[in-house]
Amino acid sequence: MNAPTLPTSLVENPRLDRWIRFLPDRTVRIATGKVEIGQGVVTALGQIAADELDVPLERVVVLSGDTAEGPDEMYTTSSLSIEMSGGSIRLVCAEVRAKALDRAALRLNCSPQDLSVVDGRFLQNGADSGQDYWTIASEIDFSQAPTGAAATKPVAAYKVVGQSVPRLDLPAKVTGAAFVHDVLPDGVLHARMLRQPNPGAALQSLDEAAIRRAAQGELEILRDANFVAFVSPVEGVAQSAAAAAPAHATWSNARRIEPPQQEAAWLKGQASIDRTIGAAPAGSPTKRPFQITVSRPYIAHASMGPSCALAELKEGHLTVWSHGQGMHPLRRNLAAVLGLPVEAITARHLHGAGCYGHNGADDAALDAALIARRLPGRCIRLQWRREEEFGFEPVGPAMLVTLHVDLDERGRPADWTTEIFSATHVQRPGMGSGYLLAAEALAEPPPEVKPTDPPEERGGGGTRNAVPLYDVPAHRILHHLVVRPPVRTSALRGLGALPNVFAIESLMDELAARAGEDPVAYRLSILSEPRARRLVADVARRANWSARGPAGTGKGLGLGFARYKNRAAYAAVVASVTVQESVRVDHVWALADAGLVVNPDGARNQLEGGVVQALSWTLKEQVRFDESGIASCDWQSYPILRFSELPEIEAELVDGAGNPSLGVGECTVGPTAAAVGNAVAHALGVRIHDMPLTRDRIMAALLKA
Amino acid sequence: MTIDLTVNGERRQIDAPVTTSLLEVLRNQLGLFGTRYGCGLEQCGSCMVLVDGEPVYSCSREAGTVAGRSVTTIEGLGRVDSLHPLQLAFLDEQAGQCGYCLSGIVISAKALLDRTPNPSRADIVQALDKHLCRCGAHQRILRAVERAANTMRNGRTA
Repeated sequence: MNAPTLPTSLVENPRLDRWIRFLPDRTVRIATGKVEIGQGVVTALGQIAADELDVPLERVVVLSGDTAEGPDEMYTTSSLSIEMSGGSIRLVCAEVRAKALDRAALRLNCSPQDLSVVDGRFLQNGADSGQDYWTIASEIDFSQAPTGAAATKPVAAYKVVGQSVPRLDLPAKVTGAAFVHDVLPDGVLHARMLRQPNPGAALQSLDEAAIRRAAQGELEILRDANFVAFVSPVEGVAQSAAAAAPAHATWSNARRIEPPQQEAAWLKGQASIDRTIGAAPAGSPTKRPFQITVSRPYIAHASMGPSCALAELKEGHLTVWSHGQGMHPLRRNLAAVLGLPVEAITARHLHGAGCYGHNGADDAALDAALIARRLPGRCIRLQWRREEEFGFEPVGPAMLVTLHVDLDERGRPADWTTEIFSATHVQRPGMGSGYLLAAEALAEPPPEVKPTDPPEERGGGGTRNAVPLYDVPAHRILHHLVVRPPVRTSALRGLGALPNVFAIESLMDELAARAGEDPVAYRLSILSEPRARRLVADVARRANWSARGPAGTGKGLGLGFARYKNRAAYAAVVASVTVQESVRVDHVWALADAGLVVNPDGARNQLEGGVVQALSWTLKEQVRFDESGIASCDWQSYPILRFSELPEIEAELVDGAGNPSLGVGECTVGPTAAAVGNAVAHALGVRIHDMPLTRDRIMAALLKA
Repeated sequence: MTIDLTVNGERRQIDAPVTTSLLEVLRNQLGLFGTRYGCGLEQCGSCMVLVDGEPVYSCSREAGTVAGRSVTTIEGLGRVDSLHPLQLAFLDEQAGQCGYCLSGIVISAKALLDRTPNPSRADIVQALDKHLCRCGAHQRILRAVERAANTMRNGRTA
């Protein structure tokens, strides 16, 4: 018999005890490298373990993001946790259950087939055998590698998976302390940073006396080349020092940003790494060419809680507590900067505010570690300020997307080229082409690296969702990876999916109009994938699409569809809007097919959240620059969608239990943006191609029309 | 400087400069971490507390100005084993994702329901519009406040 192909997570963490332990209090601890970022993954992974082991969820404790005891599963990204970590935990639990029953059968002198498991207790032909996981655990060798050979349960046997179990972490969050921000050991020192304005900038002078006057209290100022930290037993003192510091520091070699660099249009013509992916160049000259260009600006993650971390160096061992998305990669990255072996560092995840991608979390951890190294034996609590989070986190890159198509005689795309201009979507250290921020400020900054984007096998970055799911005889991508964007860019929920889906779905509506066909009917005529067809037709029915009125009335109905990464969950979204001077989204219908759903309410919560966030991006958001860097550093200059702007949202999942689980966290963002774009075009009778769809752009579009 | 105030029904004495933010006093001196730092600019609502029943941004409120007054934080509403109907309703509706904004929102909702036991959807939106939520749990949050209003009204009439 051939050995089964194991998930990467199990290959890379080949010991059962990295995944599962039976604890003396009759609980079972399941460990995962994926972390809770508000998406409910800890609860969902617990559900998978509970079913596979036949223990109630109350007996499952989930250890998440711990380099000392848990598995390395890289970062919590790309809507992969249920597929990757969930798939691994399912196999591990099935294997441990089988091993435990084998051992119990030996003790009881019976066949494993005579045994069943209820609440972790082993029943022999239905009667309590006196044995359970906890009596047997000592006889199992947990240092063994998982083989993946044990049969997992059939879907029909699931009792906990598929149930809308309440989130395990939410009670703490509505009652008190719940986050890394809320950990305050005795004797803790509070720290704040003065940030190097840009890599390469050099600190010329720092008026420490003036900063001390502003701080009004016990203050230590730590300097290491261009790294400056303020440390105090009193948080307000460190905060006051940091707030005053920029005015008392002078820098040389500061960058200068020109106003056009703020816009996606600037990307075209910049130095780039160019690739062609997909079909060979079209041989014959185009017969019926059509093209459309759309753009998205730089977008902030705009986490509600500025980044925070704790660090302590004790007897040569550094412990860091962080809300980053991957503790094992963080440990490796810290080791590289600090010149320590990885074994000298423990990184532990604690919850933070939602991040939606690569924000300041990991950078704050390095800040804290660098300070802790200077002050051994003291626990350091490093808190970024609001303007620091907005001003120094990596932002989602601007994108310019042009679709060039050649149409057949029926107005369907016969040849299609997607041309993309974008900076990198991933500068996660160790995975993408970037560094932890403070490394740039040290005496020996790391060398400049050639930017990279995630490969297409992992869903791509700028190319994410660039290949339409529609039936297109020939499709190719021209990818221009712009090498020197004006600011640091990295992963934002969905990466390139939002602009690419916005482009594809805008094109679909334009082509339908040219063909004189209804947009839904046009799509269905070139969409043969059965799950996709079902979803588009179903969401249109729910939104009463057949009653859609004529264009240009000020009321619009638009649809957007995509399968995230062309391999995760499918989502179809319809938006109805009213456009006068600005856009009011009245109603959103979102429908997803995510295969087997572990926690339906949790998945719906993710669909809804994706809708709201994408509405906010599409209607309101753009990071603003001034000559020195990011200038939109508070919620007034970077407004997001508010309660008073919220539409009615109906988000549902179709029954997909016959298919494997598909990541759901990012699937609605592209379709939502596209649905709004199409609804606004329907309302106005003229299309706006550039996000955000602001009042100024509506006025300009109306004047042009 | 000594500041006397009432926090969650208990008399407390704080030794801090009067200009210290109420947020810092609550978190770092009294260990009440449910009140959160979000912006320090009265723009997001993560730090909302009640001062004599009125919602107040604690991030920019100097502790000296609440001397002799009564402050209520999320911990004063209820604990995990004794939840306030609002907290219960937020859990029943699973109204949150990351949860960072929730304690401030629950505090503003408390002030609303104390004043307006039977609020319309528009009343709730107006009361919460000063709060930001980045995860997009808005619709669930609105439902949770409506649910809590129902529970609390029925509780009173029962």
